[in-house]
Amino acid sequence: MDTATVLDARGLKCPMPIVKTAQAIKTVEQGELLEVLATDPGSVADFAAWSRSTGNELVESSVTDGVYRFVMRRK
Amino acid sequence: MTAIAERPTSAETPVPSEFAQALTPSDPATKQLVIIAAHNDLESLWATLILLNTSAATGMRTYVFTTFWGVLPFVRDGVRITGEGWMQKMLAFMQRPGIDHAKLSKMNFMGMGPWMIRRLAKHYNDTLPRELLTTAKEMGVTFYPCQMSMELFGIKAENLMDGFEAPVGATTVLELMTQPNTASLFI
Repeated sequence: MDTATVLDARGLKCPMPIVKTAQAIKTVEQGELLEVLATDPGSVADFAAWSRSTGNELVESSVTDGVYRFVMRRK
Repeated sequence: MTAIAERPTSAETPVPSEFAQALTPSDPATKQLVIIAAHNDLESLWATLILLNTSAATGMRTYVFTTFWGVLPFVRDGVRITGEGWMQKMLAFMQRPGIDHAKLSKMNFMGMGPWMIRRLAKHYNDTLPRELLTTAKEMGVTFYPCQMSMELFGIKAENLMDGFEAPVGATTVLELMTQPNTASLFI
């Protein structure tokens, strides 16, 4: 798997994980990956919705010890 | 034909070009959010700012039209009393303008309520209105103040925070609200 730029959004609450993600995705090239770490439980639904709305593909989402990990590919 | 008004004899000033262009998005598929922010309660201000941020972060064209009490939170820092005459000044005195001074619509208790809410928000690491305003501006949210409200409260364009457009009226907002793929909220 390609190496991804990592955004640490742990501890941030709605809407900041999405706001920071929207800002960070612009820093990666099209087709490249952005990995986001978050702890807000609402982010599970929100990242899926954000992916559908913006067209940036949600390649992977998982949770380990309360930390959510979302990998997105920039459209 | 009956003349309803004397045509002014002075030289005509052209309308600023920004208003001459339709506000129609270049791509009609672009989703939009239009919020009419009519209140300055902390809960209304907060909800408005969260939605503005999320909308802009989702790539939607995002507009907020601040009207009546809704203008007050967007008065720039350091401006305490706005307006001319005792009535406008009294209004500003009774409802302190600025992004950090919103009261709660209930359980305000002379400021104890908002103080506790802000304490709790910090504890839970929630993002306060001031930071949400900064990120909203960074992401290109368009802020329109309502011309009528500005005059009513005696708030001048230079009293508003940086990043505000020139004041507009209801027709402009309705033009935006009736465009395709547009969600409109009155908060």
